[in-house]
Amino acid sequence: MTGFPILSVLLAVPAIAAVLCLFVGAQGARWTALLATLVNLALGAWLWTQFQHGDGAPQWQFVEHVTLFKMGGVEFSWALGIDGFAFLLIELSLFLMPICIGASWLSVTKRVPEYMAAFLATEVLMIGTFAAQDLFLFYVFFEGGLIPMYLIIGIWGGVNRIYASYKFFLYTLLGSLLMLIAMIVMVLNTGTTSIPVLMAHDFPANWQTWLWLAFFASFAVKMPMWPVHTWLPDAHVQAPTAGSVILAGVLLKLGGYGFLRFSLPMFPVASVQFMGLVFALSCVAVVYTSLVALVQSDMKKLIAYSSVAHMAIVTMGLFAFNANGIDGAMMVMLGHGVVSGALFLCVGIIYDRLHTREIDRYGGLAINMPRYAVLFLLFTMASIGLPGTSNFVGEFFSLAGVYQVSTWTALIGTTGIILGAAYMLYLFRRVVWGDLTKDDVKAMPDLDGREVAMLVALAAVVLWMGVYPTSFTAPMHADVARLTQRLDSAAHTAAISDSKPTPGSPQAAPAHEASAHEGAH
Amino acid sequence: MSYSTQLLMTLPELVLAAGSIVLMLVAAWGGQASTKLVSWASVALLAGAGIALAGPASTGGVAFGGLFRADAFATFAKVVIYAAAAVSILIAPGFFQRTSGEDLRPEYPVLILLSTVGMGMMVSAGDLLTLYVGLELQSLSAYILASFMRRDTRSAEAGLKYFVLGALASGILLYGISLVYGFAGTTLFDGIADAYSAATSGSQHTGLLFGLVFVFAGLAFKMSAVPFHMWTPDVYEGAPTPVTAYFASAPKVAAVAMAVRVAVDAMGPAILEWRQIVIFASLASIIFGAVAAIGQTNIKRLLAYSSINNVGFALIGLAAGGEEGVASVLLYMAIYVVMTIGGFLVVLQMRGEDGEQIETIASLSGMSRTRPGLALALAIFMFSLAGIPPLLGFFAKLGVFIAAVHAGLTVFATVGAAASTIGAYYYLKIVKTMYFDEPAPAFAGKTNLVEGGLIAISAVVISPIGWLVFGALGTWSLVAAKALF
Repeated sequence: MTGFPILSVLLAVPAIAAVLCLFVGAQGARWTALLATLVNLALGAWLWTQFQHGDGAPQWQFVEHVTLFKMGGVEFSWALGIDGFAFLLIELSLFLMPICIGASWLSVTKRVPEYMAAFLATEVLMIGTFAAQDLFLFYVFFEGGLIPMYLIIGIWGGVNRIYASYKFFLYTLLGSLLMLIAMIVMVLNTGTTSIPVLMAHDFPANWQTWLWLAFFASFAVKMPMWPVHTWLPDAHVQAPTAGSVILAGVLLKLGGYGFLRFSLPMFPVASVQFMGLVFALSCVAVVYTSLVALVQSDMKKLIAYSSVAHMAIVTMGLFAFNANGIDGAMMVMLGHGVVSGALFLCVGIIYDRLHTREIDRYGGLAINMPRYAVLFLLFTMASIGLPGTSNFVGEFFSLAGVYQVSTWTALIGTTGIILGAAYMLYLFRRVVWGDLTKDDVKAMPDLDGREVAMLVALAAVVLWMGVYPTSFTAPMHADVARLTQRLDSAAHTAAISDSKPTPGSPQAAPAHEASAHEGAH
Repeated sequence: MSYSTQLLMTLPELVLAAGSIVLMLVAAWGGQASTKLVSWASVALLAGAGIALAGPASTGGVAFGGLFRADAFATFAKVVIYAAAAVSILIAPGFFQRTSGEDLRPEYPVLILLSTVGMGMMVSAGDLLTLYVGLELQSLSAYILASFMRRDTRSAEAGLKYFVLGALASGILLYGISLVYGFAGTTLFDGIADAYSAATSGSQHTGLLFGLVFVFAGLAFKMSAVPFHMWTPDVYEGAPTPVTAYFASAPKVAAVAMAVRVAVDAMGPAILEWRQIVIFASLASIIFGAVAAIGQTNIKRLLAYSSINNVGFALIGLAAGGEEGVASVLLYMAIYVVMTIGGFLVVLQMRGEDGEQIETIASLSGMSRTRPGLALALAIFMFSLAGIPPLLGFFAKLGVFIAAVHAGLTVFATVGAAASTIGAYYYLKIVKTMYFDEPAPAFAGKTNLVEGGLIAISAVVISPIGWLVFGALGTWSLVAAKALF
């Protein structure tokens, strides 16, 4: 694909707008940011039409390559290009950004230009992370994202924002630095920084163990996996609404993307070796964080813990090494990105009115905020994984994939969905049902046009993903096939199974997946 | 080789030495009134010396029977040193003008010039004695500069402390040099290298090893690497801020470049011996520099610990050795100088109502609202010093890590990388103070054009725009490093 450098343009638009924001007033900055994100969204829509999938489509599309400099014999290039996974996650980021700007329209009143600039910078760095094809360029984007998020949490966050911002920054930095050393080792031993080349490179098995662990240190923190998840509730609770949306919606996906892009294809042998570890951590996370979510009195903290539980289902699915698991993990990531973003937005909307996140301070909102109650109910159901919503598809596929590999893991993973229903319904009951007894809650107005627009946009996507998931699985279909094939040829993953779901040969898997698609329609 | 050709190789030093003597006379007769003239003339001389580097001074090779080396390595270091020295002269007038009771006198630029001559000798030395003479010329000028504000007790204390401890370090270094001379029979780097490769065991080996340890102890003091760093915070805090900026930049580069040349040229065959010392000093500097900085409340002290921390990272490259290692050290120091000078330039803007210097970190509170441009620049320097991409400080660190991994020191690089998280904490603290805290009273006074321009240039160089020049810098550092092998 030569011609229009769409990926660079996607990066340039918010980058230029971010600088511009600093020089215009508060209102100017709002409009600049909204305009820039909408332009990017339009470009994203164009990208959606241009991205080829199906037979004969190239794996890497919209490739750009410019060598910037060489250092110590190592090249550093502006190398961009996307496959199906990166494409979907970029679309998710592009979709969420205008909503984030909209969510901050009225609630952020101090230092608006800097706020908008920080958000646009975050967008640049997120898209860059997904689009980078150079190992160090990836790292630059991946790590650079810390700076704007640190500022967003620290300046516009809640009471305990400074503690949260430090925790967020230092936790993720430590993990990433170990990954950096691993990257250097990889580059020096292969002589290339190109991610596509490295994805096909077979590292010696004993090396893979160490490299895998170093990458795991970074991705596990970003993901976040138990027990290194503790930065997430703090960061979420303290971040402003839009910060939480982007944190849950996109930044949490960096860990999963990292596993997909690096750990699985580059270190398949080590991935199999550590499958048990990942499953064990994921199982603990699903049960433990769900139980923790159940006893939260702070709405944002509850949703933050539910994010950790959902991400654990993602890691389970990824490390099932089969098409169902990986398809499902991607769908959970996309679904969770939209749903948790929407839930944080729902919390933010009532927080803007009452300035508290204490669940007990609310109650009976269905009476005076009916529109809000309907939409909140939809997202609650989506979070639980009700059929017809986005999360059902992802969770079903993931757990089906996991079941083929480890029945016990699937069993424990499924309890997470039951517990998820428990804490989400409990939250909904306490906030929305019940009698309207409190005076200040009575005075809360229903949603205005801006809020309805944001939530309806999210609701539409949630239903779209639930009703016709093929739109989202088709672009990555070939990539999933390549990945499972790579895993199988390098580490014989197809043979890993304790459930023997279908007697016969592994070829049954694609057919099974196809029928699962049909079933979800 | 004719004597005049050899002299041409030292042209930059000649220009600076002769120029500084003339300017000293101008200062003696012109008195206080000649300050401005002498300052600008000094900057012009530094620029002239920089131009003089273009000729035989950068390509000539060995002069005066091996005492002096005019090679690409020295050129790289000298360019950075001259630039840092020129900036130190440019930022002084503003500082002294606003500080009541003390005026800038024309001796200030002259002393910087003399110290620059010394640094030129340090990085070009091919002999332990040339090295020592250069080092002393640099140090003696620096002692006086540290106590330049005569009526300020802190400044006087800094000068005295620097002098006493510096003299001790010089003594240690000289003792090491005498041991090396005693067991190698020569002070020329080439001869010493031969002695090290010939003596692999026995008493000569032991003697040379002792000499090596003492020489490295002396060098570590000049670089302010742990465990010989204790003078740094006090001197940096007490010295006038432009002088501190100078100490943190030019002499640091000179000391590190000198250490690299001694390690590689003179003691290259003993790499396995000195590598242990360098690795220890490196990790100790990184960790101690980071941990000790956390509790600081004075920004100059904090930057002092930051400089200790950064020398630790530069030493990772030296421990790696080889062309790549040396190139990464040079690159690291060049970028470090830009970041640190930028940081001190911002410190210079911290002024109270009546022009007195404010040095507490707490006074930076909320600076992002009172002085947004300044706060942004300092935030860029801090994130860059912490090694966060996409700023250039990250690439500097990446370079030394690559070199270390290439040399097989993966564990060392991993520990160094992990320890840089500790350092990130206190850099973040500055950003937090500026951006998260409620505003303190704004700093008085406006940033003048020269200082503002220099801050802006440093910040732009460090930002991703700097990627454009980074390639050329990397190539050049590699060329410079090749000169040593």
